[in-house]
Amino acid sequence: MPQSAIAADTRPWRREGARPFISVRGVTKSFGDFTAVSNIDLDIYQGELFCLLGESGCGKSTLLRMLAGFEQPTSGTMTIDGEDMARVPPDRRPTNMMFQSYALFPHMSVEKNVAYGLLREGLKKSEAYHRAGEMLRMVKLEKLARRKPDQLSGGQRQRVALARALVKRPKLLLLDEPLGALDKKLREETQFELIKIQETLGVTFIVVTHDQDEAMTLATRIGVMKDGGIEQIGEPREIYETPNSRFVADFIGSVNLFEGKVDAVVPDMMRIETQELGAVLLPPQGGLTRAQKVWGAVRPERFALSRIKPENTPNVWHGVVEEMGYIGHMSQYRIRLENGVLIRASQSNRLRDEDPISWDEKVWISVQPSAFRVLTR
Amino acid sequence: MSAGNALTRSAPWRGTAWVMGKLGLSGRTLVIAIPMLWLGVFFLAPFFVLGRISLAEALIARPPYTPLFERGPDGSLQIIASLENYRFLMTDALYRNAYLSSIRVAFVSTIFALLIGYPIAYYIARAPEPKRSILLLMVILPFWTSFLLRVYAWMGFLRSNGVINNTLISLGIIDSPIQMMQTDFAVYIGIVYTYLPFMILPLYANLTKLDGALLEAASDLGASPTVTFFTVTLPLSLPGIVAGSMLVFIPAIGEYVIPALLGGPNTLMIGRVLWDEFFSSRDWPVASAVAIVMLVLVVAPIMWLQSVQNRREER
Repeated sequence: MPQSAIAADTRPWRREGARPFISVRGVTKSFGDFTAVSNIDLDIYQGELFCLLGESGCGKSTLLRMLAGFEQPTSGTMTIDGEDMARVPPDRRPTNMMFQSYALFPHMSVEKNVAYGLLREGLKKSEAYHRAGEMLRMVKLEKLARRKPDQLSGGQRQRVALARALVKRPKLLLLDEPLGALDKKLREETQFELIKIQETLGVTFIVVTHDQDEAMTLATRIGVMKDGGIEQIGEPREIYETPNSRFVADFIGSVNLFEGKVDAVVPDMMRIETQELGAVLLPPQGGLTRAQKVWGAVRPERFALSRIKPENTPNVWHGVVEEMGYIGHMSQYRIRLENGVLIRASQSNRLRDEDPISWDEKVWISVQPSAFRVLTR
Repeated sequence: MSAGNALTRSAPWRGTAWVMGKLGLSGRTLVIAIPMLWLGVFFLAPFFVLGRISLAEALIARPPYTPLFERGPDGSLQIIASLENYRFLMTDALYRNAYLSSIRVAFVSTIFALLIGYPIAYYIARAPEPKRSILLLMVILPFWTSFLLRVYAWMGFLRSNGVINNTLISLGIIDSPIQMMQTDFAVYIGIVYTYLPFMILPLYANLTKLDGALLEAASDLGASPTVTFFTVTLPLSLPGIVAGSMLVFIPAIGEYVIPALLGGPNTLMIGRVLWDEFFSSRDWPVASAVAIVMLVLVVAPIMWLQSVQNRREER
């Protein structure tokens, strides 16, 4: 889904003073001595597909469970559509959840599972089953309506869980690792289906995942979590291109990090003296002072490898190809510089018949000044 | 299947497997043979002996029943068997009342054991770990003392000058002791108390497997805790309820000791009738017929339940 296809007005987070749909303020959750979620502020807007991304134990699931009402925050407030959620039990919240294990009722048919929530609303049986049937058609399971969950494949069960969570038209749908139990191929297909369904129904989604590819594909915005706090919130592109910390840079994709000190802030260019690469020139960046400790971050694909010394950039080094991995659409390299530093680089294989740079070759490795991202933490 | 493969594959077993193969035996048959033999010797054979006695007539002799085979006047071998004892059971109201009353007592006791046992099993299954083990231990603990001792302890509680009556009188709640011993009430107390662990344990085993996410899913979909219990927890614990109820109902039907010790002369249960026929009247054939009919009464509903459950699983 190309970012540019989304009109500006579908990105309310970019607009000053836009009213958030879900508002989390200073929320902390402790289990005894352990703080699972610490002091989180988060605004999510109507119609968003927001991903909470982090490793297991970072508190993302706890945050989701607090929104669903299964856990009570130790402190802080949460509002959904302007309504304070404190003291609202899970069965009265305008949210529905899709569980990681799917949690389908094993003693009920697919149809009954989906109609369950509607019947709890006091809907008439015929009406409830009619709407359940419509929902099942949408997830292409209408033929399996009478099956029991244990007679379904993993992918089918995932769809039932989605249908059951969506059929009540919740204001907010919470998805806990929705694709985690599917194999890779099915996962990729389902990702786009999930986006399509979300756009069709216009329901706000919050997805918890540990899979960065999944987050990048699905999300309108991503919140990267670490140790119970949110490290960075941003659109996938922002998270990838302008990470705000070494953790985020390293967690999303792979990255080369070089520790150094700001040497001189000259007009048009800034020089950083690094241990690994010596002096590096890059575009000036605000908020930095001389001799401040910083890290330069470069994505592997931003490096260029060549047999002839390039003249278009001041950042050029000489090294030897120590490792090379051909993946198909690209090749990954490990280049050992003359001073012993190892750099990860990758090249896309645009031409079919080019003579690829290979093991033990001596190469020039270069990078444009703008490819550097300076991190202060 | 896999056991057979493992046997044939590993070298030291090859010889044994060959011998067993010659005899038409597999490892599986061997394993099943032992319990089958046990059941055959200690259940099936006595059952046939009982069945054979039930077809005889009572004699004042040793053994106290007519032989099955007898030489006729012409020296031919005759089989003497009659269904007279069964006909007698049908016509005599004593036996019919005893059966019905046994079923009633067992049924009511099962219901009470379920009503008391279910919340206990649920609570234990939901308790956090160290506490859970302690609670389970407390359920099993009574088995460490003699069953008879525990029934006598109840007599101490229920007697006219027992613990309960004395306490109530000293508190001024009642003036004269309530008659509890030798009533049906005491029998119910005894049976429910004795068989409660047999209700709790299968229910606990079932409820502990209940996935907490299912309960969360139900509440997430708008079900209040009560509705969640009746639409999710209860239907999913049905196998535990059936297993626990059988374990209480079946022994309760034939219970002898509890009605004999706690019940009064009006407490009519088939276990007591059986005892009286065997040891007081020494009418072994009638007693055997009583036992056989009781067995059929107990087995029939179990087989019916089993077939219902099988059919449900197939669907």
